[in-house]
Amino acid sequence: MKALVSVAEVAELGDDFEIDGLTIDERYLGYSLNEWDDYAIEEAVTLSEADVVDEVVVVTIGPERSEQTIREALAKGADRAIRIWDDAVANVDALMPEMKTRILASVVEAEEPDIVFTGVQSDDDAWGATGVALAEEIDFGWAAVVTELDLEPDDGVAHVRRELEGGLEEVTAVELPAVITIQTGINQPRYASLRGIRQAQQKELAVKSLDDLGLNESVLDSELALTELYEPETESETTIWDGEPDETAAELASFLRETEVIES
Amino acid sequence: MSDTLVVAEHRRGELEDISYELITAGRELADAMDGDLHVAVINGDVDSHAEQLDRDGVDTIHTVDYGKGFNHDVYTQAVTELADSLSPRTVLIPHTATGMDYAPAVANALDNPLVTDAIDLQYDEELTVAREMYSSKLESVIATDSTQAVVTVRPAEWPPTESDGSAAIDAFEAEIDEAAITSTVTGFEETVGGDIDISEADFIVSVGRGIEDEENLELIERLCDVTGATLAASRPICDNEWLSKGRQVGQSGKDVTPDVYVAIGISGAVQHVSGMKNSERIVAINNDSTAPIFDIADYGIVGDLFEVVPALIEEVE
Ligand SMILES: Cc1cc2nc3c(=O)[nH]c(=O)nc-3n(C[C@H](O)[C@H](O)[C@H](O)COP(=O)(O)OP(=O)(O)OC[C@H]3O[C@@H](n4cnc5c(N)ncnc54)[C@H](O)[C@@H]3O)c2cc1C
Ligand SMILES: Nc1ncnc2c1ncn2[C@@H]1O[C@H](COP(=O)(O)O)[C@@H](O)[C@H]1O
Repeated sequence: MKALVSVAEVAELGDDFEIDGLTIDERYLGYSLNEWDDYAIEEAVTLSEADVVDEVVVVTIGPERSEQTIREALAKGADRAIRIWDDAVANVDALMPEMKTRILASVVEAEEPDIVFTGVQSDDDAWGATGVALAEEIDFGWAAVVTELDLEPDDGVAHVRRELEGGLEEVTAVELPAVITIQTGINQPRYASLRGIRQAQQKELAVKSLDDLGLNESVLDSELALTELYEPETESETTIWDGEPDETAAELASFLRETEVIES
Repeated sequence: MSDTLVVAEHRRGELEDISYELITAGRELADAMDGDLHVAVINGDVDSHAEQLDRDGVDTIHTVDYGKGFNHDVYTQAVTELADSLSPRTVLIPHTATGMDYAPAVANALDNPLVTDAIDLQYDEELTVAREMYSSKLESVIATDSTQAVVTVRPAEWPPTESDGSAAIDAFEAEIDEAAITSTVTGFEETVGGDIDISEADFIVSVGRGIEDEENLELIERLCDVTGATLAASRPICDNEWLSKGRQVGQSGKDVTPDVYVAIGISGAVQHVSGMKNSERIVAINNDSTAPIFDIADYGIVGDLFEVVPALIEEVE
């Protein structure tokens, strides 16, 4: 079996930032591997170590900077990587799920995986949509928000538990091939070992343009447009206790005594 | 005239609150577009569900009587067919674990754009959707100039519609392609409650990823010892198995309503906040003054927990 894992490099906003039109200057952003995708990589690599999967291919749509993220996936045990980027993609204001879906679909077509892993959502954009949209596009089965996976390749099914709200899980069987969107907590992601990091340098990382994938710019067409980006106004009236730690702690302690949750 | 189609959510025989919230959101949109509000209820006991969904402002309820419970393949097909037959301007689906399991497929099957996790919807010639980004630190607005769009809606953002309505009820004969059903829901399971029931506690100290290391948890445990607080956590702490799942507060954990909730090193993600926002008083300790937890806190300390918490322990002792 071959597994494809889609991974996103996500941006985190620092304590201090400025909005410039519809974007944030890179100075205020820190980049990392999407938390959910870390769990997705672990799931695929574990299956490969158990010889259920023979090859783990990771794919990202991202600029050169994101090679650091995708190398991390290679260091954790993925076999090879594909990074998709070109000027047309770089020019898009916001990568909408439909665009990612079309691009990733062409990778699935070329790679012919038996199972695709994505994260439940990307931490920065939080669409929570790409995995299931991709499944529909490529005519795979799917399961979203998965916290347990048990593959039975001989029977052609994946038995999963899907996390619902309030501590309830849904037990589902899905026919393969399938897209599984991975929820955090499904496993304990490893740290890349030094040996893994060294080996990752030798592994194949193919950079492809839309043209290389046989796509044209129409995959970036969308009837959606990002029109505003702003800091939400809060109606809250939060009392901030200022001062040195001993002063703020004293404020909090007397608050706890006043509310009688601790004894005075 | 442009209609709105809302898809109701039910589980194990009960309609979920989000269904009535979507009726409110859907009615507002339908009014702005001068159109009708349609509600779809799929699978399960559709007739009794339809009766309950007959709330103020609903024009037509479409029932799809196919299987017992939720199945994403059936939902995808049924909603796609309904959207094709009714041609609504907007299809509203809950942004829940269930909605996330079929809304993107519906949008893709309809070749519609999809906007997820909406917190505000406006219509003025164009549909615009507000949503959060960057862990709730920013909001963005997405405009859709398509003739049809699928939007998923965040729970608890709109009030539920309570009063009765006079909707027409229509049994929709969806042509479900059995061969395209590749998934089967076989049951449900409650994840174990763990060592303690935090939902009854009056005073909760809750710890998040700001604690950095498992061994640092000792500090928070000591705070709980000296104050008598019940220890709870955000999801990453439980994902890491540093604390049992039974101590997780939030959408996929427990709802808590203590007199005092002290959030330490917790950013205030929506899935966490939904489980603790009804606490009587909320205190946040976080070194990032822009953390969204401060938007819902009554009191806050902008500071390093590794300095504030030891000082607090000393103060209480
Ligand atoms: C379907 C779904 C369901 C989910 N269900 C839940 C749920 O039930 N419960 C839940 O909690 N989450 C849930 N999540 C996850 C949620 O989206 C967030 O990822 C999570 O709540 C973040 O936890 P956190 O605030 O501890 O971590 P982070 O967001 O990483 O925040 C850590 C905070 O600590 C602060 N900090 C760091 N160092 C210090 C220091 N020295 N002193 C003081 N402050 C410090 C930082 O400024 C930051 O604000 C769910 C997500 C999804 C998609
Ligand atoms: N730029 C990207 N490149 C590759 N995969 C992505 C990208 N963005 C999102 N994904 C995948 O889609 C999942 C859900 O992301 P989203 O729908 O954007 O919330 C992520 O966890 C990734 O697995």
